[in-house]
Parts: sequence; C-alpha cells; structure tokens
Amino acid sequence: MAGTDKIEDELEMTMVCHRPEGLEQLEAQTNFTKRELQVLYRGFKNECPSGVVNEETFKQIYAQFFPHGDASTYAHYLFHAFDTTQTGSVKFEDFVTALSILLRGTVHEKLRWTFNLYDINKDGYINKEEMMDIVKAIYDMMGKYTYPVLKEDTPRQHVDVFFQKMDKNKDGIVTLDEFLESCQEDDNIMRSLQLFQNVM
Amino acid sequence: MAAGVATWLPFARAAAVGWLPLAQQPLPPAPGVKASRGDEVLVVNVSGRRFETWKNTLDRYPDTLLGSSEKEFFYDADSGEYFFDRDPDMFRHVLNFYRTGRLHCPRQECIQAFDEELAFYGLVPELVGDCCLEEYRDRKKENAERLAEDEEAEQAGDGPILPAGSSLRQRLWRAFENPHTSTAALVFYYVTGFFIAVSVIANVVETIPCRGPTRRPPREQPCGDRFPLAFFCMDTACVLIFTGEYLLRLFAAPSRCRFLRSVMSLIDVVAILPYYIGLFVPKNEDVSGAFVTLRVFRVFRIFKFSRHSQGLRILGYTLKSCASELGFLLFSLTMAIIIFATVMFYAEKGTNKTNFTSIPAAFWYTIVTMTTLGYGDMVPSTIAGKIFGSICSLSGVLVIALPVPVIVSNFSRIYHQNQRADKRRAQQKVRLARIRLAKSGTTNAFLQYKQNGGLEDSGSGEEQALCVRNRSAFEQQHHHLLHCLEKTTCHEFTDELTFSETLGAVSLGGRTSRSTSVSSQPVGPGSLLSSCCPRRAKRRAIRLANSTASVSRGSMQELDTLAGLRRSPAPQSRSSLNAKPHDSLDLNCESRDFVAAIISIPTPPANTPDESQPSSPGGSGRASSTVRNSSLAGLLHAPPLGPLGSHLTSELWPKKERTLCLLSG
Repeated sequence: MAGTDKIEDELEMTMVCHRPEGLEQLEAQTNFTKRELQVLYRGFKNECPSGVVNEETFKQIYAQFFPHGDASTYAHYLFHAFDTTQTGSVKFEDFVTALSILLRGTVHEKLRWTFNLYDINKDGYINKEEMMDIVKAIYDMMGKYTYPVLKEDTPRQHVDVFFQKMDKNKDGIVTLDEFLESCQEDDNIMRSLQLFQNVM
Repeated sequence: MAAGVATWLPFARAAAVGWLPLAQQPLPPAPGVKASRGDEVLVVNVSGRRFETWKNTLDRYPDTLLGSSEKEFFYDADSGEYFFDRDPDMFRHVLNFYRTGRLHCPRQECIQAFDEELAFYGLVPELVGDCCLEEYRDRKKENAERLAEDEEAEQAGDGPILPAGSSLRQRLWRAFENPHTSTAALVFYYVTGFFIAVSVIANVVETIPCRGPTRRPPREQPCGDRFPLAFFCMDTACVLIFTGEYLLRLFAAPSRCRFLRSVMSLIDVVAILPYYIGLFVPKNEDVSGAFVTLRVFRVFRIFKFSRHSQGLRILGYTLKSCASELGFLLFSLTMAIIIFATVMFYAEKGTNKTNFTSIPAAFWYTIVTMTTLGYGDMVPSTIAGKIFGSICSLSGVLVIALPVPVIVSNFSRIYHQNQRADKRRAQQKVRLARIRLAKSGTTNAFLQYKQNGGLEDSGSGEEQALCVRNRSAFEQQHHHLLHCLEKTTCHEFTDELTFSETLGAVSLGGRTSRSTSVSSQPVGPGSLLSSCCPRRAKRRAIRLANSTASVSRGSMQELDTLAGLRRSPAPQSRSSLNAKPHDSLDLNCESRDFVAAIISIPTPPANTPDESQPSSPGGSGRASSTVRNSSLAGLLHAPPLGPLGSHLTSELWPKKERTLCLLSG
C-alpha cells in the first residue's frame, strides 16, 4: 500500500513542470545574449528536468563543490537569496535574473544583492546576529582540517571587524546606505567585484 | 487542451459562419495572425540523428517542451536546427507520441531512463497509452520497491560503525540485534542458543521411560519421575538464563512498548511464565491438571530458535503474508468436509455396527480421506458409501493442491528478497568505502594542487608540475572557488595529517602560552588594509617565536620563496624538507628580516578566469562538458564576493600588497 502512495507522489511531482518565459523576453529582462541564455538553460534543464530547483538539490550541489566541510547552512541562505518570491523553489527566471545582476549588473546592483544575502529576515537592516549566522555558515564550509586551526571565536572576531568597518554610526545595525558607502570606500572590494565578471 | 484537437480548430472556426445569422452583436475581430509561413519542416537533431517533422505536428501539444517556446532555448541559429543532447532511441518514442497521439513504452529500455526522458520533454507519464500502461506501471512499481529496499538496507544496516558516544543501552541493543558486531555478543548468542536446545531436549527426555539400574518389578517410569531433582535443576537454570536475557532486552530496547508487543518477546514470556506459575501453584490434585497443561507451553521455547534461524523467520513471515490463501484453503476444506460427511453419514446410516454414528463422527473419516491419509479405522461398507468415499478422496486432492502453489511462490519471493537483502548488506560496506574513496579524491585534488605549487606565481618562469598545467577548465575554476573561500576566511584547507601535526605543535609545552598570547591579540580596526591577512601576520609571529615547533607545509613554501630557493614543486622536495626541519629553521633565523618584509602570498591560479573560459558565444553552441558544470559554477563563483572577500582581493594584487607590507614592516 505504501508503495502505491509513493508512486503517486512521484507522479504528482513530475507534473509540476515549469516552463520558462520566452527566450526573447528573458533576453530583454537580463543582460545576457541569446546564446548565453541557451547555454545556461541547457545546463539548468539537464540538472532539473522539472524546471525548478528545490532547496535539497541546492544543498547537494553545494556539498559537492565544498566537500571539505558542511555547506548546507550557507546553501540555505543562498537559496533564499535566489528565491525572491519565497516560494521554496528557484525557477529558471530567478536563476538567470540573479546571475544577470551578479555578473553583468552595475556595482550598485551587485552590492544590493549582497546586502540582501546578508539580510536574512529581509527587513532592510543587517544586525550582528544575522551577520554571525552568515559568517558561521561560511566558516562551516571550511571543514575541520584547516590551517591555522579554527577557534571558537573566529567567526565572532570576523563579524566584529566587519561591523567596525561598515557600521558608520555605531548603532549596531548596518543599513543599505551605510553598506553601499562603506563598500564603495574600500578599493579592494571595488576591484574584486570585477573579478567574477567573466565567469560565464 | 486535450490532445490532437489543434488540427480541428480551423474547421471549428470556419464552421462558426453558421452562427452569423443568429448573432445579436457583431463578432469580435480575428486575432492578428503572425506571418503565416504555411507549414514548415523542422529539423530536430538528437545527438547526431536528424529527425524531421512538420511544425504542426509538434504544435499539437503546446504544454510540452517541443510544442512550446521552450524549444527555442535549444535552437542553433547557425545550422537552423534544434539540437538535443539526449538519447536518440528514446526520442523516437517521444516523437511518435506527437505523430500518433499514443505514447508507447519501449520494452527493452530501463524504465527509469524512459521516465527521465519523459520528464525532460515535459511529457506526463499518464500519457502512456493503454496498450503499454499496465506494463509500465508494473515495472515502475517493481523498481520503486527495489529502491525502497535499498534505502532501508542503507539506513538500517549501519554495520559495525557505532556512533560515537552511544550509551550502554544503545550498545547493548545493537549487540542483541547484530550478534556479529562483537565477540561478547556472539558468545551470548551461542550460549542462549545452547540453552534453548538443552531446555527442549530436557523436556523431551523427561517423558522417555527409563529402566532403573536394578531389576525391580518393571515399573516403567518416565525419566522425569525418576530424576526429578536433576530435571528441575536443569529447568531452573534454563529459565534463569531466559529471564535474564528477556530483562536485558527489555532494558536495552529503544522503544519498550513496541518491544513488549513484538512477537519475539511474547514468545519469550510464554516460554518462561509456566515455570514461575508452577512455582507458586500448590501441588494439590485439583490444580495439577492445569499445571500439567502449563507444562505443555514449555515447548514454545523451541520458537525462540527463530531469533537464531532466518529460515524460520521467513517461514513465519510467509505464512503471515499468505493469510488470505490459507484462509481460503481452510474455508473450502471445511465446506467440502461438511458436505461429504453428511453424505457419508446418510449413505452408511442403514448399516449395522457402523462407525458412522453421527455427522461429526463422519468428519474424521472425511478429513482422513480428503488428505489421502486413509488410516482405515472407519471404512464405508455400502456401495453408495464406497462410491461417495472415492469421490471424496479425489476431490480432496484437488482442493488441497489449488492454494499450495500460491503459498509456495510467496515463500520463494520472500526468500529471494531476503537473500538479496543479505547480499546487499554485505556489499554495502564495500560500496560505502568506495564512495568515501571517490569523495576524498575530489577533496584531495585541491590539496594536491596546492602542494604542487599551483598557487605560486606563474611569472617565476619555473616549470609547473604537469598535473598543475593539465587541469581541466572545471578543475581550474573549482580550485579558484576554493581558493576564494580560503581567502575569505583566512584559513587554509589542509588534510588530516597536517592538521594533527599543527595541533600537536600548538600544544607543545612552554610554547603554548606564548603562541596563545600572540594569537589572542584582537585585530586592530585599521589593520585590514595594511596587513592583507591578520591571521597570516599572527602565523609569522608564531613561527618566529616557536623556533622548535614543527613547521607545516605552507611555511615551507614561504621559506622557499624568501630564501630564493626555487625548488621545482615536486613532491619529493617537500618530503625532504619535512625530513630536515633543522636546516630550514636555520634559514628562518637568518632571514628573519626578510620574513618580516615579505609575505608568502599564494597567488591565483596560472590561468586567469578570462582565458580559461570556453569560447561560448562565438562557438557552435555545442558546449563542452565543462560548460554544464560551469553554468552552475558560474552561479556559485559569484556569491562569495563582498566585503568578507576583501582579503581575497589583496592576495590577487600581490605587487601592491608587497609594497604595503614592506611599509608596515
């Protein structure tokens, strides 16, 4: 009996098939050419024939890229940064829109996307707890075997450094304007934003 | 929209002329028809095999990949065809669906592969035609069951790998369930088995009449009455062991309620209870009859063997699963018995001194005859009786023979399933080990790459190791990504060996306090730009302080760079360095100022990301295998940027940083 239920569930899942908007529309909405969109879509479709990525798949992908440590927490935050409509699944349009911002967007757009990533509860402010969560997630990806040895308060120190730099009025939270301002003052950050331009 | 009606739409619209006289309002204008090119032939290239079909054929099902605009994502403008990198044999079936409206299931293909193709082309499995639907469902169900079994075996069979920190209860339970995990468990297993056998044999031998040593008047006594004490002691010992085992299992069970209700524990209880009841029941005449009955239950101890024997468990499970067949067998037999008993009774009624005194009495004859036993204690004497008796025996054979094959096939299926599960569990360990090995391969690839000096400045003019140069584009990008993470967190990936070495180094006596005092200094706010990586500054300081501490490989690289000793980044040099720590330490002391001035900067990989990209836009669109990974890799490269990655940028612009660090001294 349990077997038939499972098959029915599977059948239901396969029916959730999402088809993206037309190629022309996506080309107009993003900064990619038709060719690039085709290449992106082919990869996407191969991985997810149903047309959507869910969080589990995302975590698995990340686990393969960072086999040393535990990438699931960071993948979780990243997934929610991609899933702008908070539906629990990332469609091709979301995927391509985010990539367009990250790779071909203006400096402002990229920084705003990063701010959105750090702002876990999407309230427009980054506080220390949110930053701690993100930084801890990143350190989790390093795994156990690192040099030098990871200490308990390493993430906290990192967050303190970050806040000292970003929080201009020292009120304990970082707003979007403070964030943009501080980042634009830092030459290293500005330079590195160009780094990933040609990832595609 | 239902299948195939697209063809009839022009007809229905033309026939709308029939509404014109009736229409009370003017009809809406027709939708603007896109430049009707008439019907055209589309070319679909599936892995080199060209399929050509009318555009209309594909448009029949607009909610599939080929029927919608989704196929434009696969259109290659250069060759004017749609290219799909999928199985051409399977595509045949998909295309036939568009042509005929029925989706057929290929018999020789794996059902999973077929499902994946359907998912890719956006076809729902319900579209499989009636002719193939049953077979499709059966095969799918079989597959699903087998996969479920696999998962169960994976989850259940943890094998000897015990989770760390498991309590005594968990360990005890595991020892009970899998006796092969430890020697003690195995010993316990065999001891209980031995005692079960002893107990059963004692029960049997108790009743054998044994003669006394002296030839007294041959009063045959059963052994149990001759040696009551011996048998009682043996019984007590067995029951004590069984009680102990039961209590231990109860203690160790993860869910006591479930354990209490399980069949095996019930058997245990039934096996030992008669003894205890017998202890408390007084030995008077009234109750001794009941007492004797209780002793019968002792024979249930033999069922305890089912824990030791898998075949017995399979038999029990088969009987449970064939309950309906057994029920049918019983029911039909009962019907036949009643019918024939009645007939035989009335047939033999007239005879004198007949055994067939009543219908229930005739039941015994019918049963003995139908099962072809034929004891001969009751025999019909009239001719009618004999005729009906023979009919009875013939029909008996038939009625019993019918349900038996069903039971046998059930048993065979369950038995084979069990065998498969056992084999799979045995292979599980090997499988897991191999998977772990494969995983560690990717993990070690990056460390190997670092070891081979892949992170050194390529402008040094030295020959890089072949393995560094000949990495695939995917590997290069992946290593760059890992490198970015290292820079973000200011920690490097190492392997277990180095990690434990470092741990040992840190805990060296006397040096510890100094190193911790250095490392516990809070990083100053302005130091971000001046020292590219605060951790690295500390590392330098620690190295200077602990001159006898064991030096890790990263520092070896550092020292190499400083002293200008550009050894070829081959592994043997590394090991030779490790073997002679003192030389390098002397080096360290001499070039102390040198160390302070220059930071060892693992520079980015030899090929910049720009060069390593496959030329996608200009090319034919036939992406290499790495593009698929890099499309997702592209996604993953992008995010780690940001202020946290400021350390990263400093590493990538070595010249500027070197100047800065020289200034900071």
